[in-house]
Amino acid sequence: MCYHWQQSDNQIQHSRIGLGWWAVWLILLLLLNGCGERAWNAPYPSSESKSNTLYSSFDERPKHLDPARSYAANEYAFIAQIYEPPLQYHFLKRPYELVPLAATEVPKPHFLDQAGNSLPDDVSTDQIAFSEYEIVLKPGSRYQPHPALATREEGGFLYHQLTPETIAKLNTLADFSEAGSREVTSDDYIYQIKRLANPKLHSPIASIMSEYIVGFSEFSKTLASASSTNSEDRGGSDGFLDLRKFQMEGVTKLDRYRFKIRLRGKYPQFVYWLAMTFFAPMPWEADLFYSQPGLEKRNISLNWYPIGSGPFMLTENNPNLRMVLSRNPNFRGEQYPQEGEADDVALGMLADAGKPLPLIDKAIYSLEKEVIPRWNKFLQGYYDTSGVSSDSFDQAVKFGAGGEASLTDEMVARDIKLATAVETSIFYLGFNMADPVIGGDSEENRYLRQAISIAVNFEEFISIFRNGRGVVAQGPLPIGIFGSRAGLDGVNPVVFDIENGKPKRKSLDEARALMVKAGYPNGKSAKTGKPLVLNYESASAGPDSKAQLNWMRKQFKQLGIQLVIRATDYNRFQEKLRKGTGQLFMFGWNADYPDPENFLFLLYGPNGKVAHAGENAVNYDNAEFNRMFDQMKNMDNSPERQRIIDKMVDILRHDAPWIWGFYPKGFSLYHSWYGNVKPNLMANNTLKYKRIEPELRNQRQQIWNPPIVWPLIVLFVLIVVTVIPAVMVYRRHERSAAR
Amino acid sequence: MIAYIIRRALYAIPILLGVNILTFVLFFVVNSPDDMARMNLGMKRVTPEAIENWKAERGYDKPLLFNQSSQGIEQLTDTIFFQKSLKLFQFDFGSSDSDRDIGYDISQRMWPSLAIAIPVLLVGLLVNITYALLIAFFRATYIDIWSVVLCVVMMSISGLFYIIGGQYLVSKLLHLVPISGYDTGLSAIKFLILPVIIGVIGGIGSGTRWYRTLFLEEINRDYVRTARAKGLSEVVVLFRHVLKNAMIPILTGVVVVLPLLFMGSLITESFFGIPGLGSYTIDAISRQDFAIVRAMVFLGSVLYIIGLLLTDISYTLVDPRVRLS
Amino acid sequence: MIGELVILWTDALVFILVLFSIFFGVYAAGKEHLRGPWRLVVRSRVGVSTLVILSFYVIVGLLDSVHFYPLLPGKDQAGQQTQSAEVISLFDQLVTPLRERQEKTYSAPLATHLYAKENIELPSGEVVRDYPRLAFGGAHLENPELEWSKDILRLSAIGVLKGFLVSVVITNILIALLAARWRGSFGDAAKLLLTGNTAVPWRVVLITLCLLILTLFWAIELSSSYHILGTDKVGEDVFYQALKSIRTGLLIGTLTTLVMLPAAILLGIMAGYFRGWVDDLIQYTYTTLNSIPGVLLIAAAILMLQIYMSNHPDEFNSLVERADLRLLFLCIILGVTSWTGLCRLLRGEAMKLREADYVQAAVAFGVGHFTIIVRHILPNVLHIVLITVVLDFSGLVLAEAVLSYVNIGVDPTMNSWGNMINSARMEMAREPVVWWSLLASMIFMFVLVLSANLFSDVVRDAFDPRLRNSR
Repeated sequence: MCYHWQQSDNQIQHSRIGLGWWAVWLILLLLLNGCGERAWNAPYPSSESKSNTLYSSFDERPKHLDPARSYAANEYAFIAQIYEPPLQYHFLKRPYELVPLAATEVPKPHFLDQAGNSLPDDVSTDQIAFSEYEIVLKPGSRYQPHPALATREEGGFLYHQLTPETIAKLNTLADFSEAGSREVTSDDYIYQIKRLANPKLHSPIASIMSEYIVGFSEFSKTLASASSTNSEDRGGSDGFLDLRKFQMEGVTKLDRYRFKIRLRGKYPQFVYWLAMTFFAPMPWEADLFYSQPGLEKRNISLNWYPIGSGPFMLTENNPNLRMVLSRNPNFRGEQYPQEGEADDVALGMLADAGKPLPLIDKAIYSLEKEVIPRWNKFLQGYYDTSGVSSDSFDQAVKFGAGGEASLTDEMVARDIKLATAVETSIFYLGFNMADPVIGGDSEENRYLRQAISIAVNFEEFISIFRNGRGVVAQGPLPIGIFGSRAGLDGVNPVVFDIENGKPKRKSLDEARALMVKAGYPNGKSAKTGKPLVLNYESASAGPDSKAQLNWMRKQFKQLGIQLVIRATDYNRFQEKLRKGTGQLFMFGWNADYPDPENFLFLLYGPNGKVAHAGENAVNYDNAEFNRMFDQMKNMDNSPERQRIIDKMVDILRHDAPWIWGFYPKGFSLYHSWYGNVKPNLMANNTLKYKRIEPELRNQRQQIWNPPIVWPLIVLFVLIVVTVIPAVMVYRRHERSAAR
Repeated sequence: MIAYIIRRALYAIPILLGVNILTFVLFFVVNSPDDMARMNLGMKRVTPEAIENWKAERGYDKPLLFNQSSQGIEQLTDTIFFQKSLKLFQFDFGSSDSDRDIGYDISQRMWPSLAIAIPVLLVGLLVNITYALLIAFFRATYIDIWSVVLCVVMMSISGLFYIIGGQYLVSKLLHLVPISGYDTGLSAIKFLILPVIIGVIGGIGSGTRWYRTLFLEEINRDYVRTARAKGLSEVVVLFRHVLKNAMIPILTGVVVVLPLLFMGSLITESFFGIPGLGSYTIDAISRQDFAIVRAMVFLGSVLYIIGLLLTDISYTLVDPRVRLS
Repeated sequence: MIGELVILWTDALVFILVLFSIFFGVYAAGKEHLRGPWRLVVRSRVGVSTLVILSFYVIVGLLDSVHFYPLLPGKDQAGQQTQSAEVISLFDQLVTPLRERQEKTYSAPLATHLYAKENIELPSGEVVRDYPRLAFGGAHLENPELEWSKDILRLSAIGVLKGFLVSVVITNILIALLAARWRGSFGDAAKLLLTGNTAVPWRVVLITLCLLILTLFWAIELSSSYHILGTDKVGEDVFYQALKSIRTGLLIGTLTTLVMLPAAILLGIMAGYFRGWVDDLIQYTYTTLNSIPGVLLIAAAILMLQIYMSNHPDEFNSLVERADLRLLFLCIILGVTSWTGLCRLLRGEAMKLREADYVQAAVAFGVGHFTIIVRHILPNVLHIVLITVVLDFSGLVLAEAVLSYVNIGVDPTMNSWGNMINSARMEMAREPVVWWSLLASMIFMFVLVLSANLFSDVVRDAFDPRLRNSR
């Protein structure tokens, strides 16, 4: 009897467990399904499925969103949409052309002599003492709604005297209930230029601007002394320094919409700077608002919450998770460009011509640090666009017989599109010219560098590590920058021969012959008989670094040189460059503006890293080159300038301070619902041109992501099946125990 | 009892001081103020003056441990150690290289970490105990032997494999949950299911084996034999006696890890893109943001010490005799 | 062939460890309380079969720990044979073909073609896009499509046959040896052994050994003409990488405990024996160290090492030396984070032993503290040390993989399973998936960790009688 009762009790328990399980599954399914509108694996709420929103990702949290400090591509992705500098690059036209943005026209320099008298435009460079740029703003630009601008009805600002109790309750800027706005004036542009000079802000372009803008460095010094006395009277708690009280000599307000900047000498590259967010307007109210003590502790600062007049504003700022840009309701308005390059009409780039910008309402950037999830989410349709990493490359792109890139059938089936462009940047392998073994001006060491330049086969590097996404560099100037030469004229004769009308890398035998001349036959010193050992500094860490380092060793081994990899962290790597203790290293440079000066200055002697803490990381110093650089840098683009650049490049190729690595090629993929994609490597503010078709996107997402449930059911059945023998054993056990 | 707790808490102070000095030495040997300035100021166009300015502004231009140019007590207080490191005791972690307040970030990122760690702990406990009880019930049969072998096999597979494999299978092939990401509130659930399941599976091997030994130890005790001799069924014996008595070591084992749940799981979080403290730490390590790493070291130590304290207290509560020794 | 020997830090420690183990073996042979448990271990079927597998790993690891500069064919001016500037190990020398046959990039296991299409220029000058042939894998085949499967079968058959022959020989030698030892006839010994009626399960040993030999010969035969586990991104043989990683895994698993062993034993016993302020101080030290999260401590230490290296570049002339030092440092720092457990156990045990009658008696006779510790306490805690070492082993091997994933593990140029898994992360996203690096490292690691886990179970059961009886 006893065991009967127990058995039935157990059965009840079993069925209860079964019921419980089904209930759990049901709840799970409901939760997953949400409202049933969206695929299960959608990483966004279903309510957003049909909004006019762009989805993208960022892989590293930005460091500075303050326009005076920000100087990195991942930061520009956000702030270039928010802040409006006077100029911008034309979205469609190539070569890159500056067009007005907040200004009414691209300013022309006006030359003056030492006494301040006007000079004609065609005057020779050495007579010019100053040049003046007058910037005329479009009226009617307004700032985004922002609490710093919120005013009381009776006058005065609402949030400029916050109490510590209010501040303690704040978490984000959205916690302020009121927001205000006002028109952008020339004062705000001037205020921002003054901020660039503020030593507290450490603007990265402060040093270069102090060379040119009249009164800039004096202004810095005034501020430095003013802020030190200031902080003493106020006990250092309140950091606000009203820059309006101080005047900068070279920057003058003409009226509400006009101001002028006076530069020393002639500096034609200055207009390019005016297209960067460094020169965007900044209301003094914001500076005062953010300087209230305690806000910094809540991460509410200009560095994290921009205030701009551009098409978008940052509405959600959580660099740990996502950043959201929304349409700025106060945006002055701008139209999609009416004209472009010849084939832009055929490509549909002008379909939106004349429409008011921005075309989308919102852009959501999610933090995505790992490459694999990002790529998979793109394939599932949850990101509208994606770069192509080396490892997913073969899945996406194939090369035609002539080497042209096209999409694989899988991508074509999904209507994915490809955009490619050669970037205005260069990756190079630098020889530290201050090193006695590898650097210097001696003939032997030059042979050694040339030999290595031949042996390190960057074509292979590009094909293995970048899947052909790059062009072998023939010199320091990337394709598309004035002064670079395309085709066979541009081939570097030190490394390449021309065979059958194609450049062909010189053979290893030639490199070995150069090694003999350099005094290292078979990689062994002719004097000591010891093998040549070189050090390669590397800061790279990551899944691919091991393969790359091995590849690099393989290249040097071909000449009998043993390459010692000195892997280290980035700080240490930088320190080695600064002290000049490294020998070989790989480095890159991304253009600030499309001018050859921005590349050639990397090899200009007075920019030497060790001696002058400049950007010349290899410490190359050639008197002839330096002389020609001085001559070239302030010239307008002309055949004369081209001639000088050609000569400079020839010197560089012969001296071989760099192995001219490669110019990377950007490949980006985008879905069919994502429109107006034309790579523009200079402009960062292109979000406003982008178009999205949310209906199509949602439909595709549903088709591509059907949940597959049967494995779960199989698993469940399997568990049940394995439980059966256990239950049988249990019963037998109980029976025997009962006896 | 209270006096005892106070005594134990006071004992933590020298330990924290030791940790503080150790981390300070470690991190300032690695990361000179110059490096910090450089990381903060970015890569392009940084001048030495800018670095000097930066250091002066934030008080990193002082000597590390001993200031010879000052007078009296200031020789010790006017140093980087005194000004920066001792502030950790007030949980003032300073700002990171990207100019964000670390304390604020920690308070924000703690919640996602807990959202994974707590379910993993609870579900894991439930699964492991159930499984271990089953094995204990079927002890010395083929089920026991093969279950133990299965546990060892599961223990021998690297945790990375569970994550890589799980993500590939469930998210990429079956489209059941999002590959990675996070959201606030209830919608976080669909992002958390997979990491939690993987966390639980990864822990089954060692957990079950440990609980099984605990149960077997109890089963062989005399009181259990007596209970069984009284004719109680095996299930009752297992639940009423074995489980109840084995709960003491199980719970004290759990108490130790409780505070450390805040620290999050390093690998899982960075794989699934969950903005918790684990991925915060990993990021900081890979970006060499020493201020964050230092803060996390200190936080970890504090939590560990709290864990020890809690264990002591729970032992005392369970068995008052311990207090005497 | 072999030039000047190079003794790396870790090599030296490995050989010290080997000497130490031999010494311990000889010592234990004379002590019944230590020999007894070991007898139990070798009488367990699981124990012996895992022992066979572990010894395979150890042999590879030891071969890989003898480093030297290989001699090059040419001679220099002084008439001496020139040495290569590169350091290789005895194991590298043995598997030279595996090491040197590099392809351009990925190729699948046993493939004859690369894994990705490339532009190939035909002799006619026309360019087609196709899978290029491998430089070494299956290079001897004229027409891979037709001959491939036959060739694989043929090579497998040859390999298995060779393995079988060697197994037979080994079996006979073993039987002969056992017969000599038991002073019986060869036939009797064979009968006993094959029916499994021996105290030590020789039959299990033999089966494991034969399986191992068969696999080994099969692999050798196939890898003579193919890459049996494929090649990685730069065309290196994955099988070779997985084998080279054995040394790294073993070193992390053993040296870590070894380097901290003296400190853990000394401090643990001192704390337990002396009590009082010594105990307080030692407890304070290990609580402080223990309270710092391990991963962060390791990260900081590895970064410190890098600084040391960049400040003293002249001391590290070759890549191998740099990688080696980093490995050693990693072992030390892992040791620092893990020695405290052992220390605590020993402290407890020493406290108990201190009260034992014979220790009390020794104290009463005025024997010095040092003598008491060495004579009476140390020998009685050795089994705890042994169990901890064995138990920690597999955890450390797994930890290496995780640390390398976070880039604070071994040097990125060093072969290790962690580094392999780390690169495999990216490969899993490729389409078609490159799965062999991940699988190879997982299998090699799994077999080692599983054997180690099973073995440590056996060892623990043997040494811990309380648990043994409860079974």
